[in-house]
Amino acid sequence: MSAAKPSPGRSLGGTLRQLVSGKHRSPLPGFGPGLVVTISWLTVMLFVPLIALIAKSTSLTPAEFLAAAWSERARAAYTLTFGAAAIAAVVDVILGLLFAWVIVRYRFPGRQMLDAIVDLPFALPTAVAGLVYSSLYVKNGWFGQFLVPLGIEGAYSRFAIVLVLIFLGLPFVVRTVQPLLSSLEGDIEEAAASLGASRWQTFTRVILPSVMPALYTGFALAFARGLGEYGSIIFVSTNIPYKSEIAPMLIYDRLESYHYEEATAIAVVLLAGSITTLMFINWLEARNRRYAR
Amino acid sequence: MHGNSVRTQKTAGKMVANEPLWFRVLLISLCYLIALVLIIVPLIYVFVQAFSEGFSGWWNNLFNDAETRHSVFLTLIVVPLAVLVNTVCGVAAAWTLTKFKFPGRTLLMTALDLPFAVSPVVAGLMFVLLYNLRTGYFAPLLNSMGFKIIFAWPGLVMATMFVTIPFVARELIPLMQALGDDEELAAVSLGASPWQIFWRVTLPNIKWGLLFGVIQCNARAIGEFGAVYVVSGRIERETYTMALRVEKLFQDYNNPGSYAVASVLTLMALSTLVLKIILERMVAASMEQSSSE
Repeated sequence: MSAAKPSPGRSLGGTLRQLVSGKHRSPLPGFGPGLVVTISWLTVMLFVPLIALIAKSTSLTPAEFLAAAWSERARAAYTLTFGAAAIAAVVDVILGLLFAWVIVRYRFPGRQMLDAIVDLPFALPTAVAGLVYSSLYVKNGWFGQFLVPLGIEGAYSRFAIVLVLIFLGLPFVVRTVQPLLSSLEGDIEEAAASLGASRWQTFTRVILPSVMPALYTGFALAFARGLGEYGSIIFVSTNIPYKSEIAPMLIYDRLESYHYEEATAIAVVLLAGSITTLMFINWLEARNRRYAR
Repeated sequence: MHGNSVRTQKTAGKMVANEPLWFRVLLISLCYLIALVLIIVPLIYVFVQAFSEGFSGWWNNLFNDAETRHSVFLTLIVVPLAVLVNTVCGVAAAWTLTKFKFPGRTLLMTALDLPFAVSPVVAGLMFVLLYNLRTGYFAPLLNSMGFKIIFAWPGLVMATMFVTIPFVARELIPLMQALGDDEELAAVSLGASPWQIFWRVTLPNIKWGLLFGVIQCNARAIGEFGAVYVVSGRIERETYTMALRVEKLFQDYNNPGSYAVASVLTLMALSTLVLKIILERMVAASMEQSSSE
């Protein structure tokens, strides 16, 4: 967010603003109605549902909450969910850096196509991704016919979950690293080179540290996306409790058997995980803004 | 942020790629290989499968199946409704949050991001907790009115709305911050009415960004699976959207039918990408124009 705020007193608008208004109040219309619409929208769609979730979870005693949210089955589901999301996000950081690097720094045929197609996981319905990934990697699938004989099960396995999460998370990393990489000035690298640094040293000591914040942010975004994913995973996983059941799936299972309290308790744990991730992103962004000045 | 903000592309060829040629070729080939495996082959696979029985088979699977036809119809109702509400409210929120400073502004800004951190299944669960007709917090009210939200289309709209809350507002806020409010202030001082200011001054400035946000909101709404899955109760010819229909056909071992629906969803995703490229250029151009003024 590069806010090009009008400098007061210089531009016509700045002068007007000082003339017409006090310090914080703007003479522009629409504050009242705008605020009413915004707050009602977020209240109905977001705050009330969140309050319902918390209210439901507090209707359980701590012991009941723990029994529901920390059962053996739930723990297995968290381990798989957080583990798969973390592995996929790490792979995405590596692949995303590679993509951003190649797209920003090199000129080659098909570059723009590559740049555009990276966004596909954002636009493609996750059910379609799951459908395709589930049949490409089975024994007689396009990829599976080569991989399954090697012992690589890319469908109906834990690896399948990681694979589809890598697909979904890739654009998050590419799109956060790309702007930073393209804003890097070439003269720093030239300076490093003139001081005798090798390409590799320049990369690890000069370039990597400056894109590191974006890599963290990309990791967190891909990770948060992976934690919540459901649509594609039900296609590619066998969904067996204790083995290949992710947390959102367990929530759905509890919900379908009308164990709403249990479902809520697990949902709260999952939500806590992803909100922590979101807060981490915000903290990183705030820190980056401070350093950018 | 979150990969959906406007990217102003640097196309100037000032970047000197001084890695050795073999190294550049290696990285570029690696990128192509990954893009092929993760994105391009899956894309091709959708259409190969969808048209495995020829064009007439594809057509049959789509339009001579009453349930599939109904899912298309339902998607055409649910998605525009959700997108419309989120667009109107998103514009109101962006206006309120960028043109005025008031206590709680940062809080609302953060709240707009929250749906990114909530698993779609948890989102669906929240609405079930609120509106299910047996134990829901609003069950007495709904029962007395004879109105059904869960396991009916209003629930589908609400679940879709929840997951797409951030898209329009998140796209507009950085854009409107960058544009500033000089022009609007000038219009106020010249005696323009609130509607005139919005339609004649603000909207022309933000139109490409707005359209960009709407398109992304639309793509996400079409593809939404988890939240909709939870609230739909999956009733034939009543609560199956296209994304849910893909899964249902897949479970019924009707692969050609499943891929036929998936191919339509994929075409929508591809057109989203194309529109996105066009709009990104428009936004970049309009931002350049406003900054050079």
